[in-house]
Amino acid sequence: MDIKKGQRRFIFFCLTPAVMLFIIFLIVPTINVFRMSTYKWGGYTDEKTFVGLQNFTKLFQSEKFYQAFQNSLLLIVVVSVITFALALVFASILSREKLKGQNLLRIIFYIPNILSVVVISAIFSAIYDPNSGLLNAILNLFRGSESAPTLWLGDQKIVIFSLSGAMIWQAIGYYMVMYMASMANVPESLYESAELEGAGRMEKFFSITIPLIWTNIRTTLTFFIISTINMSFLFVVAMTEGGPDGSTEVFLSYMYKEAYTNSSYGYGMAIGVIVFLFSFALAAILNAVTSRDHLEY
Amino acid sequence: MNNNKLAKLGISDKLYKGLNYVVLILLAIIIIVPVAWAFIASVKQDIEFYGNPWVLPQGFYLQNFVDAWEKAKMGSYMLNSLIVTSIALGLLLVIALPAAYVLSRFKFRGSVFWNMMFMAGLFINVNYIVVPIFLMLNNGDKAVRGFLGHPIFLNNLFVLALVYAAMALPFTIYLLSGYFKSLPKEFEEAASVDGAGYFRTMVQIIMPMAKPSIVTVILFNFLSFWNEYIISMTLLTTPGLRTLPVGLMNLMAAQKSAVQYGQMYAGLVIVMLPTLILYILVQKKLTQGMTMGGLKG
Repeated sequence: MDIKKGQRRFIFFCLTPAVMLFIIFLIVPTINVFRMSTYKWGGYTDEKTFVGLQNFTKLFQSEKFYQAFQNSLLLIVVVSVITFALALVFASILSREKLKGQNLLRIIFYIPNILSVVVISAIFSAIYDPNSGLLNAILNLFRGSESAPTLWLGDQKIVIFSLSGAMIWQAIGYYMVMYMASMANVPESLYESAELEGAGRMEKFFSITIPLIWTNIRTTLTFFIISTINMSFLFVVAMTEGGPDGSTEVFLSYMYKEAYTNSSYGYGMAIGVIVFLFSFALAAILNAVTSRDHLEY
Repeated sequence: MNNNKLAKLGISDKLYKGLNYVVLILLAIIIIVPVAWAFIASVKQDIEFYGNPWVLPQGFYLQNFVDAWEKAKMGSYMLNSLIVTSIALGLLLVIALPAAYVLSRFKFRGSVFWNMMFMAGLFINVNYIVVPIFLMLNNGDKAVRGFLGHPIFLNNLFVLALVYAAMALPFTIYLLSGYFKSLPKEFEEAASVDGAGYFRTMVQIIMPMAKPSIVTVILFNFLSFWNEYIISMTLLTTPGLRTLPVGLMNLMAAQKSAVQYGQMYAGLVIVMLPTLILYILVQKKLTQGMTMGGLKG
């Protein structure tokens, strides 16, 4: 009996701090996001009025919200398609072909992933600088330096792609290392027998590599959507602050702005709830669309 | 198909291999150049930024670093970052290790529930809940001001470290439990026969064996704590308490108005250097750890 009691005490002692911290800083705030979205509330005052779903109806009539929605969706699509395609191709080259200097290349490709988003934003802001930036200097080699400089972060039509560029630069190495690890598990014998039957590199890539790491691709896809929504927020805060003229406002930057700058916490949290539901819905849809029979190897 | 045709045309594998090198090296250049550019720019004088961005610096203008370190206070921000990161890492290990051990090795009432809760915690996102956390701490400050006379929750490096540790709990517990589960039960049994209590068994037998996963946990969380800026920006409003990424954001803003390019790049190098050095030292462990505990489909 005594042993049982000692064990229970030990478990309690080990688990309590983690559970407390988890509840206070993760569970309670998450519940609060949902609860606060039904209030009209400035945040700093005690004056709170319950308004039900009024924040949400207001939200769906807001043009700014649709703008943010559109920008977020565009970023998700552009960044994910390019990152996935490039990461897969490069991972395949690095794990299939026996090249010299592989390790060094792998080390280099992963560097962006260890840098702070603020650092990356600072570097890219400098590269995109219309006058002293590297990108225009490179372009000027081809188009002559007299032509008007491209405003990478100042032109409403371009700026979202400039952001995408920085985000792809940051993400590509991470997914590459990820896919290389799963490609390493694909048995060499499959490639050998395919080769005997006369399959080329392209065929091997599309009918062996991709199907066999499909589960892994699906997992990363879900993860990627959620992380793109978050990353785009961090990049926007550090690089453009939503400008010029709202053309780079994304979900979370809009939420942050409404909550802090406009002091309408209730409304801000309603945005949070929508984004939360949106990302899960998108992940679920993609999960259903990409589902295939599981392949064993 | 395409490749077969190429082979028939007599274009050998060598050309294909060469093409691979070209593509890979191109990507490596795209990754390396922006980072290297920041390093080079950090030793340029402000006046050098008006000319051609390709020009190498005339000399090592180290005054930029002195200015960034002293005038822009990056030195004191570095100290803040060091304090926050080390406290957060210490707290995290002390709290997460016992919790992960208990959750993965003992069956008790609630073990299934808490395992699931921490798993679900992986999906809770910091960027949404930072607003409610700010409000919670702000309310706490309002409450304690009544009898303490001053706020204690906001603008407190220890509280920030606590929030960091809490945010890292789900992932850390997930990773550590995975490792603990793989250890054979015999170790505990042997320790029990030798008369060691639960606590001693955990500290002296199990923890030393978990060293590889503890290293992974430290590396990953070091990077995320050191690079974090949204929580830090929100919870620390006193300028003197800023952490490095937030300090860099301010330098970026200052550079836009006052044209202190050199200082900004020096600040950037100051933020990036510790992570780069750490990465070069441990890069193998880091990419291995990522595939070990990160996302396995």
